[in-house]
Amino acid sequence: MCLAVPMKVERIEGALATVSSAGMKMRVDLSLTPEARVGEYVIVHAGFAIETLRPEVAEETLKLMEEMVKAAEDSGEVS
Amino acid sequence: MKYLEEFRNPGLAQKLARRIREVAGKEPINLMEVCGTHTMSIHKFGIKGLLPQNIRLISGPGCPVCVTPNPYLDRAISLSLKKNVLIATFGDMLRVPGSTRSLEQVRAQGGRVKMVYSPIDALNLATENPGIQVVFLAVGFETTSPTIAATVWEAEQKGIENFLVLVGHKLIPPAMKALVADPRIKISGFLCPAHVSAIIGLEPYQFLARDYKIPCVVVGFEPLDILQGILMLAEMIVSGKAEVQNQYRRVVRPQGNRKAQEILDKTFEPADSEWRGLGKIPSSGCRLKPELGHRDAEQAIAVEVEPAKEHRGCKCGEVLQGLIEPPRCPLYGRACNPEKPIGPCMVSSEGTCAAYFKYQGAR
Ligand code: SF4
Repeated sequence: MCLAVPMKVERIEGALATVSSAGMKMRVDLSLTPEARVGEYVIVHAGFAIETLRPEVAEETLKLMEEMVKAAEDSGEVS
Repeated sequence: MKYLEEFRNPGLAQKLARRIREVAGKEPINLMEVCGTHTMSIHKFGIKGLLPQNIRLISGPGCPVCVTPNPYLDRAISLSLKKNVLIATFGDMLRVPGSTRSLEQVRAQGGRVKMVYSPIDALNLATENPGIQVVFLAVGFETTSPTIAATVWEAEQKGIENFLVLVGHKLIPPAMKALVADPRIKISGFLCPAHVSAIIGLEPYQFLARDYKIPCVVVGFEPLDILQGILMLAEMIVSGKAEVQNQYRRVVRPQGNRKAQEILDKTFEPADSEWRGLGKIPSSGCRLKPELGHRDAEQAIAVEVEPAKEHRGCKCGEVLQGLIEPPRCPLYGRACNPEKPIGPCMVSSEGTCAAYFKYQGAR
């Protein structure tokens, strides 16, 4: 029941949005994320968008991972 | 799907795992996840197999269906048999056995129970059936409670009088507090739940770092998220640091979702709450504000509820506290399996016993 997945906002009509993921479309309530815009991704749970996703931060997180493992490769030893 | 594949890169996963092995040292490190979706991901992606022997992942009370105690289920079951009452619920609750039967069983005996995907669907049922009191089973952690709070206000605004809720919400940080205070489980760090944190932010975990010196990292659900989170925890643990850090920054803001917090504050107030396995925990649940008392099924509809009793032999209580792993339950895989679940931890797909069974098999 806790399933919550990222879906893309296709259309907004008032407090409702049409969102899609992997060809599946559904209508969700935007009252918890009124800042969501068309084209953005939201986390959908129980018929509501509960938060918006920040793509630039996703990139940063991946970069940070690369750095965390690179430190290991460079030094080749326990920090 | 975007934001998924990038976080499943097997090459990077191997490198993160190697880095964890380098950092982790030899001392035992017990990391607890308190989110059923983490439990599922950990099994699905074989995370345990990538970790050094001294890092143990322990599943905590992360499945809201599993921690819902029998008296709540028994009340829902009694309500479903009451004239002009319809129970609307998320599907996971249907098969959870109460003291003597489940909602699914009572439906076969004439109970009125309908499965919905969203509390809004339950509100629509109320609109379509004005002569019937629709009671939505309001279970779930902080991820779910704002969706129900928003629905309650929608009912208020539209004047839909026959929509009620049976409140069984639970709050995660007070349960974490109860777990760290328990001397039987030595937790070195917490993997904090991703979408609970999306709502509540980082502040509610600070007491764990400050008062108990237990590092906490909010982590996402993809394999790289979990591995990076474990690495962040291991780094803090070996260097004696205790902070609340955020690995899942792409979704979780430090302050959480203010809009959701506002609506929660407007709807509920804290209350002591009983958890299966953990017992009563102070301020770990909530009840509707007095001005919304007319929406409270417990106050508004009188029913007789049978005396609660536990399922004999089921070790869910110990599983939920992280004291034992499911295979140590004598019923696991034999009398109790996903086809014929005996305890809630085997019913819900996010339950620890169900996750074990799905990915590890009967033994
Ligand atoms: S295996 Fe079944 S009976 Fe045993 S603890 Fe898990 S849910 Fe309960």
